Amino acid sequence: MTQASLGESVVQKTIAQNNGVAASATQTQPLWLLAEVTYRCPLHCAFCYNPTDYDKHTQNELTTEQWIQALRDARKLGAIQLGISGGEPLLRDDIEEIVAEAHKLGYYSNLITSGVGLTEKRIQAFKDGGLDHIQLSMHDITEEINNFITNTKTFELKKKVAAMIKGHGYPMVLNVVIHRYNIGHMKEILEMADALGAEYIELANTQYYGWSLVNRSQLMPTKEQVDEAERITNEFRERSGSKMKIFFVVPDYFSDRPKKCMNGWGEVFMIVTANGDVLPCHSARVLPNMQFPNVKDADLGWSWKDSPAFNKYRGDSWMKEPCRSCSEKENDLGGCRCQSFLLTGDAEVADPVCSKSPHHHLISQAIEDAKNPVIAAQPIVFRNDKNSKKIIAGELQARVDEFHALP
Amino acid sequence: MSADNQIQASDVYSLAHHHRFQWEEAQNSYVILFPEGMVKLHGGAGEILKRLDGKKSVGEIVAELKAAFPDAENIEKDIMGMFELAVSKAWLRKV
Repeated sequence: MTQASLGESVVQKTIAQNNGVAASATQTQPLWLLAEVTYRCPLHCAFCYNPTDYDKHTQNELTTEQWIQALRDARKLGAIQLGISGGEPLLRDDIEEIVAEAHKLGYYSNLITSGVGLTEKRIQAFKDGGLDHIQLSMHDITEEINNFITNTKTFELKKKVAAMIKGHGYPMVLNVVIHRYNIGHMKEILEMADALGAEYIELANTQYYGWSLVNRSQLMPTKEQVDEAERITNEFRERSGSKMKIFFVVPDYFSDRPKKCMNGWGEVFMIVTANGDVLPCHSARVLPNMQFPNVKDADLGWSWKDSPAFNKYRGDSWMKEPCRSCSEKENDLGGCRCQSFLLTGDAEVADPVCSKSPHHHLISQAIEDAKNPVIAAQPIVFRNDKNSKKIIAGELQARVDEFHALP
Repeated sequence: MSADNQIQASDVYSLAHHHRFQWEEAQNSYVILFPEGMVKLHGGAGEILKRLDGKKSVGEIVAELKAAFPDAENIEKDIMGMFELAVSKAWLRKV
């Protein structure tokens, strides 16, 4: 650094936006690497964003060595925040090795878990290996709803795991997916998090991809419920003297403008899936005529920088009207390509969430459908192997017919 | 900022729990890492943060930086500004 540069205002130059991730359209770097190490999961959550055909990818998972190589290669490209996710990552018995390698490489690593499979022995090994934090999913303050929405009896276990995480000196990072069944308990959920000593809590309103899209009419709350939830959250934030950081992820269906999905296609996020596919976002495989690279046969640097898939929606030259000439296009980059395709059949049109989109009626209709007692009374399709096989075989066609790809 | 949040020269700070400060070659800068986030630091901020050891006071760090960068004007004001920002963002904790 030059001597003069310290004299400049350091405050102005500090970059922190969008969860602290800074992005630039011309100099992309995969700062965030999400390793979806397995799609196997002991929970069967109705809102899971994993692909409904995940059953195809449970027999061809990357080996430990392949994961370690991918971590090394991504680190060279600038990856620094590592999420180890799934499915339930703890179903693999090599997470200890992966964590230790991640630490050696200088990653800030995060295990994203339901808590099922976390034992004293394993958490000690993670601590020794240098895992930086653990993000635990919680579902509700009531045993009834926790067990209903996850289709498992995991309520008591989650409380024990929360204590274990705290006991090992980890920050308590909770993630609660919000939907119709728990949105009325926002205050109680926040109080529970505070009582558990949470440092961070993410209240993630359900986004409709994968299983949650199939169950959209069963999960979606009303606009009034969302507004009330946000009001309670803001009130809690102001009133509470706790150091808990609360993130309220606004549901895009109830916004006028789409989210800047993944902070831009191929800008800062890179996902490697259980079978080694390299993706710019979780659900990119729903897009047609796209060949995503795989770590088994493609160089990761090429995949990020040069592969046609990663370059397809970088920048804004792919945009159609009304996005192309929109004064706000830099704010959201036209939203989510997967959502556009799933709902309209064209990945390059404006995200239908946008009120300027000619397809916006599809969102209004979905909100209406969720209020329709007949539609909302259809059974939830829980995320499990049996249902995934059925969806692959076309046996649940009526539930996915309106979408342009298998969610 | 209320009076008890004012940075005093005698205060000693260290990085907050669960935060990590490191040099990132790929970014050509220092960064602070924490759950769900990362902050890329401007060179000046990096110079301050790398001197934090949980022992040196704010005043001692100011003196060190003044000595290291004698030509920089208004350096003390900038350093205090950085401390205030870092404390308000909870990147630092008082020792």
